[in-house]
Amino acid sequence: MTTSATPPLDEVLGSFEHDRSRLLDILLALQRRLGQLDDATIDGVAAGLGLPRVDVASVVSFYSFLGGQRRGRVVIRLCNDVPDLLMGADRVAAGLEEELGIRFGETTPDGRFTLEHASCIGMSDQAPAALINDVVVPNLGQGAARRLVREIRANPDAKDLRRLLVREYGDGQNAHALVRAAVKNNLRHAGEVVFAEREANAGLAKALAMSPAEVIREVKTARLRGRGGAGFPTGLKWEFTRAATSDQRYLICNADEGEPGTFKDRVVLTERPDLLFEGMTIAGYALGASKGILYLRGEYAYLLEYLEHVLAWRRAHGLLGRRVYGRPGFDFDIRIQLGAGAYVCGEETALIASAEGLRGDPKNRPPFPAQRGYLGQPTSVNNVETLCCVARILEMGSGWFASLGSRKSTGTKLLSISGDCTQRGVYELPLGTRLAAVLEQCGAEEARAVLVGGPSGRMVGEADFDRELCFDDLSTGGALVVFDGSRDLLEIASSYLDFFIHESCGYCTPCRVGNVLLKERLDRIRAGRGEAADLDYLQGLGETIRTASRCGLGQTSPNPVLSTLSAFRPLYEARLTRSTAGLQPGFDLGASLAEAGARVGARSLHFETVRDLR
Amino acid sequence: MAKPKVATTSLAGCFGCHMSLLDIDERILDLVDKVDFDRSPINDIKEIRGTVDIGLIEGGCANEENVRVLREFRERCRLLISVGDCAINGGVPALRNLVPLGECFEEAYLSGPSVDNPSRRIPDDPEIPRLLDRVRPCHEVVKIDYHLPGCPPSADTLWAALTALLAGKSPELPYELVKYD
Repeated sequence: MTTSATPPLDEVLGSFEHDRSRLLDILLALQRRLGQLDDATIDGVAAGLGLPRVDVASVVSFYSFLGGQRRGRVVIRLCNDVPDLLMGADRVAAGLEEELGIRFGETTPDGRFTLEHASCIGMSDQAPAALINDVVVPNLGQGAARRLVREIRANPDAKDLRRLLVREYGDGQNAHALVRAAVKNNLRHAGEVVFAEREANAGLAKALAMSPAEVIREVKTARLRGRGGAGFPTGLKWEFTRAATSDQRYLICNADEGEPGTFKDRVVLTERPDLLFEGMTIAGYALGASKGILYLRGEYAYLLEYLEHVLAWRRAHGLLGRRVYGRPGFDFDIRIQLGAGAYVCGEETALIASAEGLRGDPKNRPPFPAQRGYLGQPTSVNNVETLCCVARILEMGSGWFASLGSRKSTGTKLLSISGDCTQRGVYELPLGTRLAAVLEQCGAEEARAVLVGGPSGRMVGEADFDRELCFDDLSTGGALVVFDGSRDLLEIASSYLDFFIHESCGYCTPCRVGNVLLKERLDRIRAGRGEAADLDYLQGLGETIRTASRCGLGQTSPNPVLSTLSAFRPLYEARLTRSTAGLQPGFDLGASLAEAGARVGARSLHFETVRDLR
Repeated sequence: MAKPKVATTSLAGCFGCHMSLLDIDERILDLVDKVDFDRSPINDIKEIRGTVDIGLIEGGCANEENVRVLREFRERCRLLISVGDCAINGGVPALRNLVPLGECFEEAYLSGPSVDNPSRRIPDDPEIPRLLDRVRPCHEVVKIDYHLPGCPPSADTLWAALTALLAGKSPELPYELVKYD
């Protein structure tokens, strides 16, 4: 067939210079322009970039925000993460379905609205929340949701959805002319590092007066460890990346905070983008990289224009671009890569693949990104918070940083706290703070369980509340979801399994199949049809998934089950039953025969005899 | 001392596993020296008469009669063994699990190209066992003590498992006996 080279296609391909590694941006731009990525568009993109069609189609099918199926002009993505469900997202969902007359996953016949679920969109502190196109609508109630739909309907020509949906801007930079979001920062406690008052670019100035090796030594002396969750020493990572021989190295900032219940980076990106970009520039200098990428999760697209503006300002003031801060030989610039709704892209090898315009499939390691990362070049991937710490370490000195927190876990940690507490939001606290003290501070007197580090972390009970939040005890990327005594932890574990089942990339069997089996057995226990042996099955299967999965997503995916099984075993045991009349408790003869009975009648000589055996 | 008793049955299977059992050739003379056969297609006894030491199940559960027989075996056998892939995984009969039961009925009795059924009636005599919603492996219906994989398990596999159990040992089968690809 002839490629239907529509004007938007040519224009978009041209604006990215037909660069294959920008495929994700190209598809996002086309999706926004055309409302869908149909077969003709996929053909056109493939022809325009000289790619096999399947390379383009497989990227489209991978990301939640891309799709061949026509979506409505207004796409409502209601977050169905656990904190949202705790706050009544189900009622909002029912209200939306009724108001629109469609189910989730469907589009209204007039092509106006599409209703979808989204995994955590980073608004757990103001749940239930939804994304309506790019606009964040937090604190939704059933009535408010229905009202919004009616208003969009009544204003079919509204060019700017934001004007219609956002009644009141949030605090701080959420009210910035380029953000104009209803999102609230909910910054409950500013600590000494990220949210403290500071002298802008002082860290950068000091770094540029040192040699790159000295900068790395400073970060090592501060004993800074990665804030994304794994806690790898940042200085060491940089040393490895710098040691790899190459003309070009890359720095990538991981702002794809997709761990359900995490939203700290949202507040950093809103209130401290300058600090982050300063840290990225210092990292670029230390690594010998001239290019940096901020990988921004698609859910935070509402911050894109604002962040681009901050970057433009820094370029205009000599803080980015050629000869940064007047230093000869140091060129560094940053581009923003927008994600498209895939949790696994927070995993660094998947994130790199995604930034290259590929499916976000994790890769085998080694080679590590420090050896072969973005476009095959040595790459360091660092968390938003980590890079902010870097700027402050250079500003204030490693000794100052190391004096904060505990001996082995230096500095502060940003915590995203949501769930059953009165003061949901972001807290910057010294590492080594006791969990009980945090719970007291956020108004969680009734807490019975806390999910530390999100679903890929662990669920802890009151026995663990005296432990410390730090790398050597309760390690966390920052998400704390609090549950009081009224919550059913097995139901919550099951919800989180839904999340992992949805977000699994499907490459390896333990993760793709294992979690489905895990959920099936867990739900059987929840339905009162499990027996003691099923707990051993959950344990065994969970350990297999943890051991045999290929990437971090799979390896941590059974944690909601494994950690509740270890900390809350009596909750499981209370649901168990014993086999009756020789049949497995999971087997319901009556239900199994219901369908056939409806076709051929309930009378059966065999049924009589089966019953006799009872 | 009385000889140990063995019972066997084929549920939703093809009798291939039983054929494999007969493939032990002259060792069958050893076997009848060592054990008494209770209910089995080999001697055509229809119901287990007392307590049996080892029950061998071929095939999974496709209908209520399969469930009834399997339950009889579970109640009367000290050890119950799933023999072959249908008993363990559902096997070929479980291919119908991919098709909703209603469509199976339609195809088999109403709309299939070779169907001649002027009454348009789906057979519904109470003598005919009703189908389960899906074919299940035996361990989903009752507790199973051992699984002998294979389609069918070879005569040597069956022999090694049986002789070990009769000697009071847990069968430890070498890799060659349980590897089939």
